[in-house]
Amino acid sequence: METELDFAAIQAIIASNSGKIESLIDSYLTKKEQLISLLQDIQTEFNYIPQDILIRISQKLDIPLSQVFSVATFFKSFSLKPRGRHVITVCLGTACHVRGGQRLVDKMARSYNLKPGETSQDERFTLETANCLGCCALGPVVVVDGKYESQVNPEKLDKILKKYE
Amino acid sequence: MVEQVKKLLDKRLKSALELEELRRTITNAKDTSRITISVCGGTGCRAMGSEDVVDAFSEEIEKKELAARVEFKETGCHGFCERGPVVVIGPKKVFYQRVKPEDVPEIINETVIKGNIIKRLLYIDPATNREITYESDVPFYKKQTRLILGANGEIDPTDIEQYIAAGGYSALAKVLSGISPEQVVSEITKSGLRGRGGGGFPTGRKWQSCRIARNDIKYVLCNADEGDPGAYQDRSILEGNPHSVLEGMIIGAYAIGSRQGYIYVRNEYPLAVEHARTAIDQALDYGLLGENILGSGFDFRVAINKGGGAFVCGESSALISSLEGKVGEPRAKYVHMSEKGLWDRPSLLNNVKTWANVPLIINKGADWYAKIGTKGSKGTMVFSLVGKINNTGLVEVPMGITLREMIYGIGGGIPGGKKFKAVQTGGPSGGCLPEQLLDTPVDFDELTRLGSMMGSGGMIVMDEDNCMVDVARYFIEFLKGESCGKCTPCREGLSKLSEILDRITHGEGRPEDLDTMTDLAEVLDGALCALGRTAANPVLSTLRYFKDEYMAHIIDKKCPAGVCRELIEYSIDPANCTGCGVCLRACSTKAITGEKKKPHVINRDMCIKCGACFDGCKFNAVVKQ
Repeated sequence: METELDFAAIQAIIASNSGKIESLIDSYLTKKEQLISLLQDIQTEFNYIPQDILIRISQKLDIPLSQVFSVATFFKSFSLKPRGRHVITVCLGTACHVRGGQRLVDKMARSYNLKPGETSQDERFTLETANCLGCCALGPVVVVDGKYESQVNPEKLDKILKKYE
Repeated sequence: MVEQVKKLLDKRLKSALELEELRRTITNAKDTSRITISVCGGTGCRAMGSEDVVDAFSEEIEKKELAARVEFKETGCHGFCERGPVVVIGPKKVFYQRVKPEDVPEIINETVIKGNIIKRLLYIDPATNREITYESDVPFYKKQTRLILGANGEIDPTDIEQYIAAGGYSALAKVLSGISPEQVVSEITKSGLRGRGGGGFPTGRKWQSCRIARNDIKYVLCNADEGDPGAYQDRSILEGNPHSVLEGMIIGAYAIGSRQGYIYVRNEYPLAVEHARTAIDQALDYGLLGENILGSGFDFRVAINKGGGAFVCGESSALISSLEGKVGEPRAKYVHMSEKGLWDRPSLLNNVKTWANVPLIINKGADWYAKIGTKGSKGTMVFSLVGKINNTGLVEVPMGITLREMIYGIGGGIPGGKKFKAVQTGGPSGGCLPEQLLDTPVDFDELTRLGSMMGSGGMIVMDEDNCMVDVARYFIEFLKGESCGKCTPCREGLSKLSEILDRITHGEGRPEDLDTMTDLAEVLDGALCALGRTAANPVLSTLRYFKDEYMAHIIDKKCPAGVCRELIEYSIDPANCTGCGVCLRACSTKAITGEKKKPHVINRDMCIKCGACFDGCKFNAVVKQ
């Protein structure tokens, strides 16, 4: 289910963090080429990349907004939408695929009404998929908030997710 | 006073001699009578809970006041991820697997203090049903040649002194003490080393063209953007032995005359980033990186750049775009990286594994290295043996070993008594090889000849329950999503291929589809980069070796492996059904009905074919057709 964007709330968060944002962008003034790294830092801070910050980056680092936007949308790890309290990443690499990784995505749609890229309405979960999480020997792999879970099946997924409120 | 403290704290080694002295000091200080405990801290074992095991050991060692008697370390990936968390007790290397925190006090009491073996934690060889006590006797390790991975299980990757004690940076010292850059390049050329990232381009030739390129500024790059699904060896090497990669890069920089290097690593690999960063900092402290390395007058620095999760960025020119802070779009290949790479300067890009091979070649000599492997492919290759196989994990073998030896000798065959169907190598650009080709020796040229490729070393085993049409669809879908969209053949070709394969797996395939797909493969050949040019391989190789499966989907509208949802039906065999009700409770659409202890039935109109009943049934009563 899509999350409605509460723009007023977002603006307020950005406003209250403006000092932090400014100094983060400033630290990249002499290394404009590390735009991807800056976006990663922003995402670590906010859990996603607010669009207003993209504009701020473009102004401060003097990079065309089109370029900032294209980089932010080209790479899969960036999210321009707010994400839930917990990010679930289901690996769909080959090794996980042959062991039934797709069934975990189906399970998320069935039991949690969540498709890849979506955030639940209560903002509890965001579901993402990855092409390979590099833990192929233990597939199917699911990562919740950075914690790797191995040999997951639909039933086990339920049990894992219960731990995250 | 301040100056004196500074001097004491200054760890910078000012010559190769000082490095040797330090190595001697570390080795001499090491109490060889101490028992070593190494816990695997690779991502696989961490996923199985190794961090708790590490904590339990630290606690127990403190409690029993054993710190002086044992050397405890968390090491990099041991490779046998299937049996994680793995604990190895030295000096004899007793091999414990699937260790839990609650096993730790017993390990300390019995094995570390009394020297007894805990049978319960030993690995049982499924072939002989025998317990195996020592690591070197485990068939998974016994048949490997672990030149690159060997140190992973021995050293703490966050401690440079352990790498130095194991002979680390001696190749660098050797090079800086009187081997000319030309000689280094010629040694690499002579070794026959080929790029381990996928293409297999002769490494020495790449170095040579970069060396002769005229420019004051040149770059050395490490490709750690391991995007091939099903491959994770670069991650394990960077996590488990980052200094070996760094040492290779420094030697490469010396050979071509570069002063700046970059490691481009996937953002999905946080532990690899952390360990590489620590390694760089430590190498700087010890004067092995930075200005005037080992007093030789040679300067070199390395920075880390994290990727943003795009498969195409493993391609050299896309990787460079990304390093420059731009979208990772490849460019035409008539501009060579060795002349115009990063910031239009000559750039030397090698894969993690290739760099890790360099110190080995310098130390042991090109002639020694060239003796390993086959005529056209020298040395060892690290494979990730995964999928439907008993012993999943990372294996390092000499080039030329047969697929059968890998899958059955090292991998222990297919689990659950299932039948082998195919092995997929080379990632999305590779192909699927059938049983009749299992005696093929694995090297760059053989795999290409058979319509697959070496790629990054992923080796995904599939059994009778995997549908080859679905696998082709999976890869094309993957590549369609990862195509950067810049050139038409790739963008449109993949989109069309995906449409056709989707149709076939939905039971709407047409006989002429097979020819159309072959034609589209030719179109893809005109793509700008290797992603597009090799993208048809999964389709072409499955068409070549598994055409009957395509025909079953198209003509009979059946999926023989029972994977393609539109082509299968679930039913309950009343003869086997005990009416236990497990399937009924598992069914999320309430399509299953039946009274307790009486055979149940599936209402096909309500069934969404999720397979939950099939998985849950203990009596083989749910039938998939």
